[in-house]
Amino acid sequence: MADDKDVLRDVWFGRIPTCFILNQDEVTEREAEPYYLLLPRVSYLTLVTDKVKKHFHKVVRTDDVEEMWLEYEGTPLKWHYPIGVLFDLHASNTVLPWSITVHFKNFPDRDLLHCPSNSVIEAHFMSSIKEADALKHKSQVVNDMQKKDHKQLWMGLQNDKFDQFWAMNRKLMEYPTEEGGFRYIPFRIYQTMSDRPFIQKLFRPVSPEGNMHTLGDLLKEMCPAALPNDGEQKRYQVVIHGIEPLLETPLQWLSEHLSHPDNFLHICVTPVPSD
Amino acid sequence: MPVSLLWAVDVYGRVYSLSTAGQLWEQCHDAQMEFKRVTAAQQCCWGIACDNNIYLNVHASDLPVRYQEETYENQRWNPIDGFSDRLLPSDRWQWSDVTGLQHQPLDNFRIPSDSWEWEGDWYADENFEGEPTEKGGWTYAIDFPATYTKDKKWNSCVRRRRWLRYRRYKAMDTWAKIPPQQTTLPDPFSDISCGGWEINEEPRGRLSLWAVSLQGKVWFREGIYHHNPEGSFWEDIPLPGEVVQISCGPGDLVWAVLWEGQLMVREGISRDCPKGTTWAVVDSPNPDVGATHVAVGNNVVWALTKDNKVWFRRGVNSHNPCGSGWISMVGEMIMINVGLNDQVLGIGSQDRAVYFRQGVTSSELSGKTWRAITVPRDGDRSHSSASAGSLAGCYFCGEVRAQSVVSDVESDTEKGSTDGASCLVASSSPERNPSPGEEEIKAPCAGVAISPSQSGGPLDPQWSNVDLEEAQGHPVQTGAVLDSADTCSLSSVATYTLAMEDPYGADEHPLWAWVSGGGCSVDSHSQLNWFNCSMNSVQSMNLSVTPAQTAAWRRQIFEQLSERTKREIDNFRHYEQAIEQSVWVKKGTMQWWRDWKPHKWIDVHFALEQFSGSEGNKDGILFIYYNFYEEKKYLHAFINEVTILVPVLNDSKHSFAIYTPERTKQRWPIRLAAATELEMQDWLALLSDSCCDSRVIQGPPSKQAIWSVTCKGDIFVSEPSPSLEAMPYPSPCDQMFWRQVGGHLRVVECNSVGIVWGIGYDHTAWVYTGGYGGGIFQGLSSSTDNIYTQVDAKSVYIYENQRWNPVSGYTNRGLPTDRYMWSDASGLHECTKTNMKPPSPQWTWVSDWAIDYSVSGGTDREGWQYAADFPASYHGYKTLKDFVRRRRWARKCKLTTTGPWQEIPPISLSDVTILPCAAQSSVDVVPLWAISNKGDVLCRLGVTTLTPAGSSWLHVGTDQPFKSISIGAASQVWAIAKDGSAFYRGSVSPQSPAGDCWYHIPSPAKQKLKQVSVGRTSVYTVDENGNLWYRQGVTPSYPQGSSWEHISNNVRKVSVGPLDQVWIIADKVQGSQSLSCGTVCHRLGVQPMEPKGQSWDYGIGGGWDHITVRGNSMEPPRIHLPSLTAPAPQSPLPVRNKEVNGDAVGC
Repeated sequence: MADDKDVLRDVWFGRIPTCFILNQDEVTEREAEPYYLLLPRVSYLTLVTDKVKKHFHKVVRTDDVEEMWLEYEGTPLKWHYPIGVLFDLHASNTVLPWSITVHFKNFPDRDLLHCPSNSVIEAHFMSSIKEADALKHKSQVVNDMQKKDHKQLWMGLQNDKFDQFWAMNRKLMEYPTEEGGFRYIPFRIYQTMSDRPFIQKLFRPVSPEGNMHTLGDLLKEMCPAALPNDGEQKRYQVVIHGIEPLLETPLQWLSEHLSHPDNFLHICVTPVPSD
Repeated sequence: MPVSLLWAVDVYGRVYSLSTAGQLWEQCHDAQMEFKRVTAAQQCCWGIACDNNIYLNVHASDLPVRYQEETYENQRWNPIDGFSDRLLPSDRWQWSDVTGLQHQPLDNFRIPSDSWEWEGDWYADENFEGEPTEKGGWTYAIDFPATYTKDKKWNSCVRRRRWLRYRRYKAMDTWAKIPPQQTTLPDPFSDISCGGWEINEEPRGRLSLWAVSLQGKVWFREGIYHHNPEGSFWEDIPLPGEVVQISCGPGDLVWAVLWEGQLMVREGISRDCPKGTTWAVVDSPNPDVGATHVAVGNNVVWALTKDNKVWFRRGVNSHNPCGSGWISMVGEMIMINVGLNDQVLGIGSQDRAVYFRQGVTSSELSGKTWRAITVPRDGDRSHSSASAGSLAGCYFCGEVRAQSVVSDVESDTEKGSTDGASCLVASSSPERNPSPGEEEIKAPCAGVAISPSQSGGPLDPQWSNVDLEEAQGHPVQTGAVLDSADTCSLSSVATYTLAMEDPYGADEHPLWAWVSGGGCSVDSHSQLNWFNCSMNSVQSMNLSVTPAQTAAWRRQIFEQLSERTKREIDNFRHYEQAIEQSVWVKKGTMQWWRDWKPHKWIDVHFALEQFSGSEGNKDGILFIYYNFYEEKKYLHAFINEVTILVPVLNDSKHSFAIYTPERTKQRWPIRLAAATELEMQDWLALLSDSCCDSRVIQGPPSKQAIWSVTCKGDIFVSEPSPSLEAMPYPSPCDQMFWRQVGGHLRVVECNSVGIVWGIGYDHTAWVYTGGYGGGIFQGLSSSTDNIYTQVDAKSVYIYENQRWNPVSGYTNRGLPTDRYMWSDASGLHECTKTNMKPPSPQWTWVSDWAIDYSVSGGTDREGWQYAADFPASYHGYKTLKDFVRRRRWARKCKLTTTGPWQEIPPISLSDVTILPCAAQSSVDVVPLWAISNKGDVLCRLGVTTLTPAGSSWLHVGTDQPFKSISIGAASQVWAIAKDGSAFYRGSVSPQSPAGDCWYHIPSPAKQKLKQVSVGRTSVYTVDENGNLWYRQGVTPSYPQGSSWEHISNNVRKVSVGPLDQVWIIADKVQGSQSLSCGTVCHRLGVQPMEPKGQSWDYGIGGGWDHITVRGNSMEPPRIHLPSLTAPAPQSPLPVRNKEVNGDAVGC
């Protein structure tokens, strides 16, 4: 039987085949070839698109170049969401490879954060980890870590070093057995049909009666619309890392195994495609 | 932890047991009658039933309780009849015991009770001192008594032979009345407590059983041990007072409560005198309130006073069984009991629930909190329905009726109590039950004299203790009688009526009367599910194979993830990766055992550089930067050359050794020490991962894997390459890569279908779960499932040495040239009780120093062994020529780790063997044989690849204890007896898995064999002097073979595999830099026509203790050298072999 450890590997090594196309409006000196890349689902767009930037810089007139930003079917892609979340949220039913349009002009300041350097991504990533640990362990684990341990987490993500990352992340996933789980589950629920960026509230992995909370329990409380009513056709799909776990999956297990490296469980609720 | 049972009796006298792994009180349905009290040991449970008889429930075990009766038939030769039963008048009896003094004809032997049955008829023993005798089993001598020989000589005037017959204890798992005393005891029993199993291990299964009679007398049951579970007779123990209750711990603690409320401590309990010698009195914890109950463990005493307060006795140990003072504890209990590992159980005075004391450890014996055991009982429905009426009062009714003719007063009392109760009876039933109990207390008080201490109490002590828990429980529940100074005035009618308003008005939860944890093996590490039945879902995920692992949600995630990989990655593998791989370096500081002389630890910088190897796998180099005479230098090793990482823990250094093939040849590994244990583990785990990555090895070991164990109990596994057994050029065994598997074992045995068993230092049997990692390998290098806690225990020994001088006799003043007066076995190192540390930081002490009597050669009563001088051979008695003596002290220590192993309780093993060849399907039963640590031969039933633990043991009878066993590929079973001779088991087949009889095979001349291993056809043995022997002349028609041929010396162990490959653990292997003991060696040149091979190839070591190659059935690729491709070799190989070869030709 497959081991739970394999899930961690599968999650980490999840890749989305992507085709980057230069926006039509960009002024080019010659024809821009599309650029194909396997993007890690758990990473961030601006962290892994240096090659894309270099590729298109070659053809774009240098005096027109501003900060690069990416867009899919008219939606600017937020770099501070994990790549997998962006894909599941906006493009889960698209034909692969995922076709992303590259812009060098007209940065949509209203929709996107600027990302002048990797240190901004690092700060964002580390603050997520700290926030998650505040929920899980009252920040005790992350505060006990040394600066180099934090660096190890970040370097692990930046360099795609699974072992390096998990050697440290393991500690963030521990909890006292007698408690049955974390204090609160760090999660974020994204919905395409909502204006709110995401739902994030306090939710415990174990009910006061001692029962393990499931994914269904969480959705019932946070986002009841996502659950099908009795006898009704399923309207929404609940996607984590491109898969749809069963609603009876224990939330604690999901948090331990299907969280992103930022230690949050990112859940996408999208309408079922009508075909 | 093995599964064990907690026993309890409810207020209706029903007996229940709760498994440490369970969540349900299971009623002991066998009990036809109600019980008052039970007291449990691990192997049995004793109880007093309401008929006042004592019953014994021996837990069924695969190992039968079998008693060997023996008697001797004696004959004398005369010229007319030859040998005949006509003896001289001065001779012994014609049928006698071994000494000849006791007349013992065959028909004098009777089974001791109805719980026994004869196993067969009498037969003459053909075996004499490890040798088969002539027909009939006769042994000859010149006269009685004399030295007997198996051969008849010209001067043999007498002969004798031994007759044997076995009887078997059949009353397993049922309550059997123990046979009544010859002279019936004067009064019935009211309390009982067993323990004492740690005082003396001989005879096996010995127990002390203490009982209290209604008149307050104390009795000790003599002669209880494994082969005589019922014991022999009751012995009266004189007393200074009248006892109400007694408690006996696993060791030498026995405490009793006196009527007057003081406590008595039995002193002088020792190995030679389990009954003890005298009583000492200890005052009640509270001078105003007498003690009512006491419970003792190994090193603890808990007591209750009449106000239900709980007390803990400080400072109790073997040397001071009385302890030093009382500490008041939280909680109110009516009964308390100390189980194994000094764990404490109680019954709450308010709710009558069973409470478990949490947090009791050897360093914190008083524990932390009381926690109620809340699991349901089976048959709870019947409980509520039955309790409404007739059953409610039955607990003591028989007895009460019997006694109730005593006086008029009694009937009045009865009426009173019933009247008082009646108003509430309708609504709540169980209260009816205390009433009869109470009337019984009241009953005698009119008729019998009042004991002096009871100032106002008109009650006779001898009756109230029948129902002690009732009597004392109720007053305090209500608080009505508390203030009365009178110790056992017990309840009044009024208290009962008041008590009815108490929680158990509603019949919702069970009311317990008695609990016994003497058989319940729980310690601070145990995970119990007794407290909250719904909280277990997460833990169970990690702990055992539960539905959670096969749950739909989990399957769904696995399936969808693999679909996602197909969908999103598989078709796009030619795409460029977004992140380029790079080098990752980890650095640290360590100490290194430097290569040049003088060898010592020096500080070094240590770095591991990892990068992607040429084929996409990871690789790395490790660097050790050191200073050599002010010059900076470094040493490096390629990760892909490292063959093994061995932790070397001792009390001063957290070190490990790194071997490469070159270092193995030198017998000189790179030895490094980290500053802390944690740092060492981090490095070891990282390096190990790195090595496995570079060799692309991950997950659990394969079925073909070779397993080995070091003398520290660490377990290593190696994946054999197909060329390992290749002819004529096998791959050298110093190139084998070994990785560690969590756990701690002394022996590991496997076969080629992946069934692996292990035996711990404490003889516990373990089965491999299919996982990997554990121990220091956590996180990613360990499987999540299949990893369990493993506990092992062993003893550390030191010696006390003394020399005789004419003035003061033996003293600890030796000659200046003598060894240390406290030393190790060699005498070279000083080892005192205080400076001796556990073998490594992993181990912790779990007992105090105690004299070890089980030394070979025997000891005197104080454990001394005598000799003429140090060092010499020691004997267990003093002679005039002896000027020195020594005795061995032992102290137990324990190690707790994790690994892919699950315990197979309850029988302890000393050896195990599994049929090495492949099973055809996963449901095929695989023969597995074992030797218990007492020498019984066992055959495991139900072992398949799906159920590697099997189901139960089948006991295979032998006439003497065995020590080693091995089964070959064709079901040939060979075994070594304790006397050093070999046995072959005839007719073992799938139809008859246990075979039919033993064939005795004499050992090589003047050698005692100690271990055997049987491969496809080869049989190898090792003797006690380290010689390796090959059995000549073994053929299918004559599987016993003809003679032993010497192969090699300096051999510690041998393992013969399914290809007849021979591997050994050898001592004294010379490397280029050092000599190693305990080295893995591989026999080269072993071929079907040359099964003895030619020479040895040396592998990993030293410090290795065990290896098994019995999983490796991979036929090597055959290299066809021109000279060897001659017409078909005339090999007697079975067909199976050819098929495999056919496959292998393509290689």
